[in-house]
Amino acid sequence: MTVELAIIGAGPAGMAAAVLAAELGVETALIDEQASPGGQIYRGIERSRPNSPLGPDDLAGRDLVAALRASRVEYRPSTTIWHIDPDGALYLESNGRSEVLTAHRILLATGAFERPVPIPGWTLPGVMAAGAAQILLKSADLVPEGRAVLAGQGPLLYLIAAQLARAGAPPIALLETTPWENHLAAARQLDKVWPGRRILAKGLGLIFAVRRAGVPVRRGVRGLRAIGQRSLERVAWDGGELAADHLFLHEGVIPNVQVSLALQLRHEWDESQLCWRPALDPWGQTSLPNIVIAGDGGGIAGAEAAALSGRLAALDAAARLGHIGEPERARRAVPIRAALDRERALRPFLDRLYRPAASVLVPAEDATIACRCEEVSVGRIRGAARLGAQGPNQLKAFTRCGMGPCQGRICGPIVSAVIADALGKPIAEIGTYRPRAPFKPITVGALADLDTGESDRGA
Amino acid sequence: MFRRRPDAAPATIAVIVEGRTALVPPGASAAAAVLVAGFRHIRETPVEGRERSPYCMMGICFDCLAEIDGVPNRQSCMVEARPGMRIRRQIRARKIDPAPP
Repeated sequence: MTVELAIIGAGPAGMAAAVLAAELGVETALIDEQASPGGQIYRGIERSRPNSPLGPDDLAGRDLVAALRASRVEYRPSTTIWHIDPDGALYLESNGRSEVLTAHRILLATGAFERPVPIPGWTLPGVMAAGAAQILLKSADLVPEGRAVLAGQGPLLYLIAAQLARAGAPPIALLETTPWENHLAAARQLDKVWPGRRILAKGLGLIFAVRRAGVPVRRGVRGLRAIGQRSLERVAWDGGELAADHLFLHEGVIPNVQVSLALQLRHEWDESQLCWRPALDPWGQTSLPNIVIAGDGGGIAGAEAAALSGRLAALDAAARLGHIGEPERARRAVPIRAALDRERALRPFLDRLYRPAASVLVPAEDATIACRCEEVSVGRIRGAARLGAQGPNQLKAFTRCGMGPCQGRICGPIVSAVIADALGKPIAEIGTYRPRAPFKPITVGALADLDTGESDRGA
Repeated sequence: MFRRRPDAAPATIAVIVEGRTALVPPGASAAAAVLVAGFRHIRETPVEGRERSPYCMMGICFDCLAEIDGVPNRQSCMVEARPGMRIRRQIRARKIDPAPP
């Protein structure tokens, strides 16, 4: 099967792009790993009910999902993409069956995930990413039982604290790790935030909501660690500790670049957001002519901005595929870019305020696990760097770091930073993993079953 | 451990986790069902045999790998729970089954 535009990921960017592209006459397929649309930010949105503790922002995603359902987009849920040929062949797997879809243009809208927070003890059962608590609340109506501690920083951490409180499970503490110097540095950005005042007000509202719920907030927390024998028993930091059953960690989100790295698109180290991101033009065009990126996968700007960048990518695709002319592309882009500028106005302030401490990227203690899959410690990475491993890909041969089932998704950001630190070089120079297909595990059966459309069978 | 929030949607999907029945609402993942069933860990690592529970719940970390309806190494956080689904925890490296599931 061939389509004009294949979009990977049904979060805000992918849904908005698909709806507009189809409206402009582009034959569009939207492929998503989840069983229902929304991505992570709007996960389970079609099932959320009026008494939801999630809040009005999540319900805003309903419009996008409804527009998608009403559109002519070929929406393929529960479908995993395990390989992309740069010439436009997409290898899909659904229900144990593989197939190839070809597309004139490919839009990656693979979003973001939470920055790994490698503290001592972060592999203990009971320690989770904070987003996991929100996903359990959104998709399974579950809240943590017993004493829950939230630790880290960023708007999402406050949002989750407020949502858990509303759902009848207020955390016993919120440990904020924002370094003191961040406040001063962020204050210098304040003169530029006027266009982003609405978002700033929303953020302040969240902080007050957490206060009103009576969640004790401790600021300037350093030296965070999770302690326990077989599972979490205590959360400790420099100068204090709490007995706890759950620890939810959050240090912001970073672009999910697994597929864009595998495609060897040009990437850059973003020093203000401390992450790798693909190099994009103002329409989301990557270094390969038929591949485009929209949403947080191209740099963190939030759900509203993701939908807007998806619409820009859809306009561009419609123009390049001959469905609209250049003047229409330009005319329709004007209000979208104005809205995007408003959404992004607060970013430099937020990026500076919630810039992770150095120890989040380069854990101090050698015994801390960096690669959760192959159980490789920070100390072993430092040792391999001293022995001559010059970068993350060479490190694999020394330690198997990054060679487990997650294929370096979690340890990638840690490994680049630890090697850079050990060798005294900038992270940009050290680089990151080069992931390979299959992007997600598939069975040999699904592979053997692949209908390539070529008639070499039974020859 | 996790519990259902007040005013939760009816948990109508019954799955079997290691022989225990767990009830989850429609749309919940297999990983959520393991947590509902009361298991503290979902797998033991192949390298050091350490107990792990799901970490990210969104398809990134692979710490929720489990055997679902006879197929090992599934990302249980990305698989929607279905009535009668059988979920087993994955202890160390997967076994290679001589017969296909």
